[in-house]
Amino acid sequence: MSIVIYIAVMAGVTYLVRMIPFTLMRKKIRSKFLRSFLYYIPYAVLSAMTIPAIFYSTGNMITAVAGTVAAVILAYFGLPLIVVALAASGTAFIVGFIV
Amino acid sequence: MRLGFRRGLIHGIPIALGYFSVSFGFGIMAVRAGLTVIEAVCISMTNLTSAGQAAGVGVIAACGTYIEMAVTQFVINIRYSLMGLSLSQKLDTSFNTPHRLAVSFGITDEIFAMASAQPSKLTPRYMYGLILISFIGWSGGTLLGAVAGNILPAPITDAMGIVLYGMFLAIIIPAAKKSKSVLFVIIIAAAISTILYYAVPSLSGGFAVIISAIVASAAAAIIFPVSEEEKKTS
Repeated sequence: MSIVIYIAVMAGVTYLVRMIPFTLMRKKIRSKFLRSFLYYIPYAVLSAMTIPAIFYSTGNMITAVAGTVAAVILAYFGLPLIVVALAASGTAFIVGFIV
Repeated sequence: MRLGFRRGLIHGIPIALGYFSVSFGFGIMAVRAGLTVIEAVCISMTNLTSAGQAAGVGVIAACGTYIEMAVTQFVINIRYSLMGLSLSQKLDTSFNTPHRLAVSFGITDEIFAMASAQPSKLTPRYMYGLILISFIGWSGGTLLGAVAGNILPAPITDAMGIVLYGMFLAIIIPAAKKSKSVLFVIIIAAAISTILYYAVPSLSGGFAVIISAIVASAAAAIIFPVSEEEKKTS
C-alpha cells in the first residue's frame, strides 16, 4: 500500500464529486420543486452539520452549550459572522475556567 | 455591489480562522497516525475537507484497500455534489468551463455557505478570493499542527473547536428570523440529524447530513414552494 496512491485516490474522488455537478449543470432548473429544494439545501445542510455536533465541539458539553447560546443570541441580533464565531469560542474558553 | 477578489478575501477571513484551528487538529492527528509532516500537508492541500481527510487518515492507518478509501471519500463528500448543484444556479455569466473546473476544487461546507449567503450572482474572482484565503488557513494550520504538535494549551484548542459552528449559526439564524419556511427547514434538519446521531451511531457523519438535508429540504419544497420573486426579496 503506497501513501502516494492513497492520497491520489482521496484527492481524485473528492475532486470529482465536487466538479461534476458544478461544471456540467449549465441550465436554469425549471421545476419549481427542484428550485425550491435547492434553495433550502444550504440551510438544511448547515443546520444538520451544526446540530448536534456543536455540543461535542469543545470536548465539554457545558462550555459548548455556553458557546452555542452566545452564538445564537448574537446571530439573532444580526452581528457579523466573525464576531459571532469568535464570541462562541471566547465564551466556551471563559466558561471552561469556571466549570 | 459586485463581488470581487478583495471581497472574497475579506469574506474568507472567518473561514480561514476556523479552518486554521480545525486543520491544526488534523495535523496533530495525522502525525499521530504515522504520517509525515509533508504527507499531512499534501493531504490538506489536495483535499481541502475536514471530515473526508479525518476518515482518509483512518483508512491509511488501518492499511485499508484503495477501494475502501474511494468509497469512504465518496460517501462522506457526496454532499459537495448537492452544494455544487445549488451553487451552479447562482453563477455569473463570466463563469466559463475553466473557471468552473478550478472553483469546484474549493467547494467546501463553509465556502458554500458563504457563497450561498451572497445576495448577488457569484463571480469567479470572488470565489478565488474566498477559496485562496481558506486554502492558506487550511494548509497552514495543518503544517503548524503537524510540526509543532501541542504548542497551544488544551483550553485554547478545545475552545477553537466551536468556531466554525458559530459561523454556521450566524448564517442560518438571521435567515430563519426573516423566513418561516427557512426556520422550518432548520428545525426539521436539526431534528433528523439529532435522531440519526443517537439512534444510528454507525452512520457516517457525511451520510447523516445528506439524509437530514434532503428530507428537510424536500419537505419544505413541497409545503413552501419558492417562486423566483420571493427568492430575490428574501
